[in-house]
Amino acid sequence: MVRHWFQSKSYNTPSPVGKVLSYLILGFWTLLILFPLYWLVITSFKISSQVAEGPFYIPFVDFKPSLDAWKYILVGDLSNDTLRTFRNTLIVAPTSALLALMLGSTASYALVRFEYRPRVGAILTFIGCVGLSILAIYFGVPWQIAVAVAIVVFFIVLLTIGRRFKRALGNNDIAFWMISQRMLPPIAVVIPIYILFQRLHLLDTYTALIITYVASNLPIVIWLMRDYIDTIPIELEECASIDGASRFRIFWSIVLPLAIPGLVATFLFVLVFTWNEYLLALFLSSANSQTLPLVIAGQNATRGPQWWNMSVLILIMIIPVIVIAIILERYITRGLLIGAVKG
Amino acid sequence: MNLKRKWNTNAHGPMQIRLGHVPSDEAMNPESQEGESSRLRTVLASVERLAAPIFLLPAVLALLFLSVFPLIASLYASLTRFKIAKGGFSLAFVGLDNYKKLFLGSERTHFLGSFAPSTAATWIVFGLVVITLTIFLARYLSNARVRRAGSGLIGRILLVLGLGTLAWVFTHTLWNGGRLGTVTVTIVYVFVGIFFQYILGLMLAMLTVQNLPGRRFFRVVFLLPMMITPVGVAYMFRMLTDTSKGPFTPIWQAMGLTDFSWVNNAWGARTAILIADIWQWTPFMFIVLVAALESQPVEPLEAATVDGANHWQIFRYITWPAILPVSMTLILIRLIEAFKIIDLPNVMTNGGPGTATQSLTYHAFINWRALDVGGSAAVAYMLLFLVTFFSMIFVNLIRQQTVEKL
Repeated sequence: MVRHWFQSKSYNTPSPVGKVLSYLILGFWTLLILFPLYWLVITSFKISSQVAEGPFYIPFVDFKPSLDAWKYILVGDLSNDTLRTFRNTLIVAPTSALLALMLGSTASYALVRFEYRPRVGAILTFIGCVGLSILAIYFGVPWQIAVAVAIVVFFIVLLTIGRRFKRALGNNDIAFWMISQRMLPPIAVVIPIYILFQRLHLLDTYTALIITYVASNLPIVIWLMRDYIDTIPIELEECASIDGASRFRIFWSIVLPLAIPGLVATFLFVLVFTWNEYLLALFLSSANSQTLPLVIAGQNATRGPQWWNMSVLILIMIIPVIVIAIILERYITRGLLIGAVKG
Repeated sequence: MNLKRKWNTNAHGPMQIRLGHVPSDEAMNPESQEGESSRLRTVLASVERLAAPIFLLPAVLALLFLSVFPLIASLYASLTRFKIAKGGFSLAFVGLDNYKKLFLGSERTHFLGSFAPSTAATWIVFGLVVITLTIFLARYLSNARVRRAGSGLIGRILLVLGLGTLAWVFTHTLWNGGRLGTVTVTIVYVFVGIFFQYILGLMLAMLTVQNLPGRRFFRVVFLLPMMITPVGVAYMFRMLTDTSKGPFTPIWQAMGLTDFSWVNNAWGARTAILIADIWQWTPFMFIVLVAALESQPVEPLEAATVDGANHWQIFRYITWPAILPVSMTLILIRLIEAFKIIDLPNVMTNGGPGTATQSLTYHAFINWRALDVGGSAAVAYMLLFLVTFFSMIFVNLIRQQTVEKL
């Protein structure tokens, strides 16, 4: 009888003892995850005296819950700030996720289906000319002249010297370059971006944030969509092209509808990233386009240990993300996003 | 696997797009129509030919202008000093001054830490590291048939030098009154964090992969911390770890620690940040490892069970080699992300007692806030070097693993 407790039925089904142990450990970790969230929720229903006098654990038993903090944040003094930043986040995050999805899915489709062979010489020339024109603009040359001269120089050099270098890169190199941009710490690029937007008078606007978020999330979209588009059979597209459809039409009417699960999963994934993004928003927005993480970090400085108010703010910020995460879990178990990691 | 991924060259239109050279294509220009619609078709045909660049160009331009060029501009900025001038600001070129300040000058204790005099323990640990690295290098030189200095040899020499320097810095700042600088604190966050995240993630994944009723629930719940805004997590943990008002106060009281404020203790603050980091990122390891464990082929496992292997043997000889490649890629990805840590030190401890919990990104941020743009860019570049250094090590490890398999 006792031996039966330790026997497992198959390689994957644990023995009864194993089951109990597994549930214990898994349950313990679940507690570890849910307890901080629970604490957050009940703290948002406390008033200052209930926080200061020590921990109270269960509403209606240990302490009397009150809606004071919620009223203060949502309706009272702080509501303007809160609603404004919530609206900012609500505008910036989905827009940039959508734009990143559009740019990234077209790019990843191209990287999968077309064959690129940009020559090294051409690339270097291009970068050199753009760099020179930027330098010229920085030193005061009016930008129209600088750009025009750069374009002319580019074509001249391209058609003469550029042809000499036969070595060409391939699709995988382009993809590797795009995906490796993720390796870049944002702090290394944020200062010039700040100066760029300052010169364009775009600081503290939605546009600046959206553009920057799109650029920083493109690598993820390309990475995830590349593997997904790979699974779409090419015969469908060839049939359509034989029937006379243009490439744009094929992409729009055939590939995109088939790729909708992958697109939705990637969209939600990127949405979570842009919703939670802190560093770029810290640099690029100050008053008008502040996003939620910024408000919380900022309140931390001014309001310090007003835990009840802060809990409400944090809950407002994380509840949408939790909902998205629960939706996303279905996609993850379908292997939509993990396939990319294995590759 | 679908081998035919690219468009068939004979079927439709030009396939090889060379910059600056657009091949003419008769197949796309139907001749038989009247003038007007034929001109329209020619236009459409040339748009069609440009389809390939049009698809890719927006992404390339976005990355070029917002990733590559700022990076180069940052490099230039790290070689300058910020001065307030008429009508704005100016950047005066000062060469490697900012870097010298980080390594030798006024920022040295902030960046590298304050060095303590060497003790016996220092020499022992450092000696062990040096011996390991020398053995590594010697084995490479005697094994491979490399006589001249190839890229492999140069790479390994750089590796040895880099790791040796880091070991020197660590052994001199960790004990005996030395203080860790932002470089060493960041490395501690990354490696200690990843170690625990991986082990916990693996353990949870192996438990969840079993045939237990209700494992779907566990998967959903375990996924959550990864998605929650890091700033929120930081503040949440700050509330939790308060020793007088937090939920664990009875425990602290029982241990007599109520008056102990971890905020004022360097290692206490770092531990708190590490705990929050591990709490938040173990789900990432968990999810990928669950997928990897579930995608193992079933036959070897069943065969092993029939042959009477116990769980440990199955794990060691079948499961572990199967998930090793995925694990290394996973650790590489997490490594790259972990070096950028900023939310937790900023919100939980504001950099900690003094500068004790500052990460490299935080260091760059406060330099920028103090209008030291050059110094900020220099620290950011050192972070970039560090990330690239460790990523290269890992990528080579991964490559060795896959090559050895073949």
